[in-house]
Amino acid sequence: MHPVRKQRLYLVLFMVLFSSAAIALMVYALRGNINLFYPPSDVAAGEAPIGRPIRVGGMVVADSLRRSETSLEITFELTDYEATVPVTYTGILPDLFDEGQGAVASGELNAQGVLEATEILAKHDENYMPPEVADALENSGYDYKGNAQ
Amino acid sequence: MIPEIGHFALIISLCLAVILTLVPAWGAWRGNSVAMALAPSLSVGLLVFVGISFACLSTAFLQDDFSVKLVASHSNSLLPPIYKFAAVWGNHEGSLLLWLLILSLWTAAVAVFSSQLPLLVLSRVLSVMGGIGVGFLAFSLFTSNPFARLLPGTPVDGSDLNPLLQDPGLIIHPPLLYMGYVGFSVAFAFAIAALMGGRLDASWARWSRPWTNIAWAFLSLGIMLGSWWAYYELGWGGWWFWDPVENASFMPWLAGTALIHSLAATEKRGLFKSWTVLLAIFAFSLSLLGTFLVRSGVLTSVHAFATDPARGLFILIFLAIVVGGSLTLYAFRAPAVSSRVSFGWVSRESLLLWNNVVFLVATITVLFGTLFPLMVDALGQGKISVGPPYFNAVFVPLMALLVPFMGAGPISRWKRDTVSRWRGELVIPAAVAVVCGFTLPLLQAPYNIWVALAVLMSSWLFIGLARDVLQKVRTPAGPLRGWRRLTPGYCGMVIAHLGFAACVTGVVATSQYSVEHDLKMRPGDVRDLAGYDFRFIDVMQVRGPNFVAEEARFEVTRDGVPVAIMMPQKRRYLATGSVMTEAAIDAGLFRDLYVAMGEPVGSGGAWAMRLHYKPMVRWMWLGAILMAAGAFTAALDKRYRRQRATSPAETVAHGV
Repeated sequence: MHPVRKQRLYLVLFMVLFSSAAIALMVYALRGNINLFYPPSDVAAGEAPIGRPIRVGGMVVADSLRRSETSLEITFELTDYEATVPVTYTGILPDLFDEGQGAVASGELNAQGVLEATEILAKHDENYMPPEVADALENSGYDYKGNAQ
Repeated sequence: MIPEIGHFALIISLCLAVILTLVPAWGAWRGNSVAMALAPSLSVGLLVFVGISFACLSTAFLQDDFSVKLVASHSNSLLPPIYKFAAVWGNHEGSLLLWLLILSLWTAAVAVFSSQLPLLVLSRVLSVMGGIGVGFLAFSLFTSNPFARLLPGTPVDGSDLNPLLQDPGLIIHPPLLYMGYVGFSVAFAFAIAALMGGRLDASWARWSRPWTNIAWAFLSLGIMLGSWWAYYELGWGGWWFWDPVENASFMPWLAGTALIHSLAATEKRGLFKSWTVLLAIFAFSLSLLGTFLVRSGVLTSVHAFATDPARGLFILIFLAIVVGGSLTLYAFRAPAVSSRVSFGWVSRESLLLWNNVVFLVATITVLFGTLFPLMVDALGQGKISVGPPYFNAVFVPLMALLVPFMGAGPISRWKRDTVSRWRGELVIPAAVAVVCGFTLPLLQAPYNIWVALAVLMSSWLFIGLARDVLQKVRTPAGPLRGWRRLTPGYCGMVIAHLGFAACVTGVVATSQYSVEHDLKMRPGDVRDLAGYDFRFIDVMQVRGPNFVAEEARFEVTRDGVPVAIMMPQKRRYLATGSVMTEAAIDAGLFRDLYVAMGEPVGSGGAWAMRLHYKPMVRWMWLGAILMAAGAFTAALDKRYRRQRATSPAETVAHGV
């Protein structure tokens, strides 16, 4: 075989091996780190897994926000106006988090059906709604103010 | 009146861009030198009219012309003038106009600084860039006109710029990032022009290299500023979130890094030609993909403005045309330009190849992680997100695979080298690196194995480079003479590689050693964090130009010695009523102290406070600045100018 061709063959073989290894690594890394989104009605219907990382998004129920007197623990409820999910979180909330606004909480569901959130995402500006929340509301048939459509 | 002039100028720009795309390309095809010679002046004309358009929009913002819809919804009369100007690109339509301005700037720069380029090549390059301009001008005019009026119903005052964007970082972050994004269009245009002409030689690589370097340098600075902005403005103290939008700018950077290195092999040795062309296409396509991801609203992110689906569809079609068209051209022409040069397994070429493989695989893993949620959603399998753990798990090992070979790069020889010479050259750096890796992390207890590995790697790079520089400088005529003999290309490589080493150290040290506490504090409370005592003194009301704020005061001491007074703020912007955290940062080369206010909690004036101790976080940004500086330095190399001037002028009949 021509030396240039031979070299090319080795290169191609090497690249195939290396890419396969990389893909294997990717699939392995992906398996443990996928984080599925559930609207509150799915969680209430028991469709969300318990003890696995998930995200739940919806509107923060008015007057549901409670703070602990001694720590930074917070509880509130997320709703898509069909069902609500209680959420607990310890830490500092994002600036644009507020009652009556859209938010996405990621964390794990415990056996009592409470989402123990490790991260809270709120929208970034006035006119913007996280697409997941917008979809969840659309499926439940309500607009973001809770009026039936 | 001014907005109408701007709109009109934008329409003229579209006409000019259409002419720029068609006429020189026709000239290059038919061998009509008059048509080809039109290209440079058309490019300059394009810049002038896009510039007029941009100036008109800026004037509308600075003069608070709230009859323009864009100004009314993104500015406010109370906004400081500099932010009124920055607000021009703090929204979808305006940022697109900035994109266009920068594209025409690059096009005109190629026209002006490449007068030594053969006319045939120049006209093809400019025509490709004109084509990209047509796409984006049409996008701007037909789907996102920045000059739309609100008549009647002009509001008395505007609804203000998103407070997150009212920040010095934002004034320069988008322009720099776009300089990088759009800059890859030059490398792309050169690649397409070469494919059209069917000629791909060392001179082609020599023309592309400085442009690619400069684009890459701007992109590095833009990404760095974005990371810095997220660090101090979002109030979480994070500096990289693997957010899809960050990834959108990072993917062209990774592909661009591979491109820079493979261009080196193409220029010096005529190797990897078709591969380099493919990388150039790839890098620019990723820039377009980034634009699509950011501008279409398919992602949840700071950068996603509320948009309508027509825009996403438009960019998607444009992306399909550019990628599909260039890959088709590539498929037809690549066999004609492929190289027939061999190289030894132990050589600089194989190290550059390794760089390319690693960076390309890194690009693909990031691409996959970014697009996977969109694919799953499109298939109706639910909405998932792929988080930082995935990216860290695949990206960190890849970079670790890169560094050992990176240390050997500078000392290696082209074509054929020997293992024994490498061993001779590298045994000292290896030994020093091992010693550093073991000892330096001892300065910070407890001993951290990851930091040890990072120090091992970065000192391996550092010592190798330092030794190589010293050897090159050592001449019989004395060191001064030796320093002057170093070429800008070599110096740029050294600076950029040192920047990479600094980055590795900074990233690993700050991820491993950071101490972060979210606490509830009352005035008078003292908290200890990594040896620093943070005393919360009080909270006061302060007023800014367009916001009111509650400002906390912290006195930070270490062993009783005062270190800093830190004053984080919680701002409420008057126009929108939105609340923003302004973190207080005491910056240092070896550590940052970071305080951000949460919200008032409970009784007695208590607040939720976020206290961070972040060691060596600056190294990462310093490293990025060094990388950019290295790329700029390398682009200054005289050979790009001298040899271009002396290269034989290609005649019209030659390349067709």
